[in-house]
Amino acid sequence: MTNEHEGQQKRSLSWVEFLIERAIQVSGISAIILVVLIFLFLIKEGTPTFLEIPLSSLFAARWYPIEEYYGLLPLILGSLIITIGAAVVSLPLGLATAIFIAEIAPEWVRDILKPFVEVLAGIPSVVIGFIGMLVFAPLIRVALDIPTGLTAFTGVLLLAWMALPTVVSVAEDVLDAVPKTYRDAGLALGMTRWQVIWRIVLPAGRSGVLMALMLGVGRAIGETMTVMMVTGNAARIPLGLRDFFMPVRTMTATIAAEMGEVAQGSPHYHVLFAVGLTLFVITFAVNMAAASVVFRQVKRAERMLS
Amino acid sequence: MRNKDTHLSIRILALLLLGLALAGCGPQTAQTDAGGVSATIQNKGSDTIVNLALAWAERYQTLEPDVRIAVTGGGSGTGIAALINGTVDLANASRQIKTEEVEEARANGIEPVEFVIARDAIAVIVHPDNPVDKLTLQQISDIYSGKITNWQEVGGEDRPIVLLSRETNSGTHVYFLEEVIRLGESDNKTLFSLDTLLLPSSEGIGVEVRQNPNAIGYDGLGYVTPDMKTIAVSRGPEQPYYSPTAETVNTGQYPIARDLYMYTAGEPQGQIKAYLEWILSPAAQEIVLELGFVPVTAEGETP
Repeated sequence: MTNEHEGQQKRSLSWVEFLIERAIQVSGISAIILVVLIFLFLIKEGTPTFLEIPLSSLFAARWYPIEEYYGLLPLILGSLIITIGAAVVSLPLGLATAIFIAEIAPEWVRDILKPFVEVLAGIPSVVIGFIGMLVFAPLIRVALDIPTGLTAFTGVLLLAWMALPTVVSVAEDVLDAVPKTYRDAGLALGMTRWQVIWRIVLPAGRSGVLMALMLGVGRAIGETMTVMMVTGNAARIPLGLRDFFMPVRTMTATIAAEMGEVAQGSPHYHVLFAVGLTLFVITFAVNMAAASVVFRQVKRAERMLS
Repeated sequence: MRNKDTHLSIRILALLLLGLALAGCGPQTAQTDAGGVSATIQNKGSDTIVNLALAWAERYQTLEPDVRIAVTGGGSGTGIAALINGTVDLANASRQIKTEEVEEARANGIEPVEFVIARDAIAVIVHPDNPVDKLTLQQISDIYSGKITNWQEVGGEDRPIVLLSRETNSGTHVYFLEEVIRLGESDNKTLFSLDTLLLPSSEGIGVEVRQNPNAIGYDGLGYVTPDMKTIAVSRGPEQPYYSPTAETVNTGQYPIARDLYMYTAGEPQGQIKAYLEWILSPAAQEIVLELGFVPVTAEGETP
């Protein structure tokens, strides 16, 4: 903004505008303050864990807090395997849906499909969990011939289903934002429709697609109810591919299941907050990584255009 | 029809007004507590018992309209703590009061008095098609600690065993760990197998047991439905096996059963005494049976 422009603005500022500006400023800053407060609260309640419980015991393989086994590894790995699985399943599905809606489907199909995808986002997670427990788990057990259907795999499928609306709507918006002239140029050069999508539209919206994936991952890692209902919650360490078809226990399900009965201020209480802190740090790191990649790509695009 | 409807709505309105009026009276009746002629009985404690306590309270209030009974859950420990602090008249507990708790109460000038108000049996349940129908306590312990992993080892089909359990915050979980997996031995430190599925609700266990022939689960007798199979249990290989029923629990033959308690602060007086006497009467014990617990047969089973 130039000095001249600023001066002009200042002169025309009435007190109403001043108030509106302040209000917007406060609401903007409040988000930051809230995140910081939550982080401080987690640190305050979670850090006593590291004084009360030796590190060796925190990195042990067994989680059974009522007998003072506080191994966090099964929970962390459990959350990771579920989240990575859900991302791997929901990205291609979501991207394909988004491409279909944005590029291929005729107008009337799009008008039907889009609201339906958005309704999917509104289904309460406990309902999805219930469907998973009653319908998916028995089907998966019989189809794959495994001991029980309450497995990491079941959780992954349901979470992918839940993350889908997020991935689809963000990715679709991104594809929509790619200028029409890009497509026209491609088509004018004799490219097929598929080539235009794959070679032009997708690369142009790459950073946005990555953002969609990260938002989906955020949804998946924080999801609690569904996961608690369908993954069996056995605190075993998942290492191989075989463990994908065995029960796991996630960090979120652990907090939800155990927080209600725990005595405030006890080591168990603190360790649950430490689990929450771990979850927070992981989510934060994922978001930071996504943001930095997106930022770098934007800069590169700017450089190329200049 | 319409006449009936308006009649009903007037009754509902009247009830609401009555509720408001009574709510207004709340503090006053609390004050009369000190005088011994209490009209509100505060009842708090075990989540296992909370439904039973509510059913009793509802029925009793229709019989004695001027008595109010406020029932809340929170767990056995919560109820006993409230009794020690003098904030409740009746504490529900699915376990016996600990000696430390008795000492704490005495330090506060309160002498807890124990009443066995019902019994609860924990049934071991499997899929109806599972050919296994009896197990010893030792076998159940070995299954849940992961020493036995195939149904073949206990006379069943060649199938892996899927272990189902309630979450660790459930009183049933702790009871099962102490009395079955550790066989009631206090120096036994056996734990649940790492492969045990911890399900957050009785319903979760029910769903899995009904549809999965590999599964074994346990839950309060009240949660067992006819489409699951209960296992007959014996204390040892040479001893007789008993299925969990009201009869085998009351005679003490079925091994996985516990007493459910109510505690009062000192010998109960007035309304509380009348309420407890009613609870132990056949009419109230019928409700126990309806909710799937086991009634106490002899009247006034006070130790």
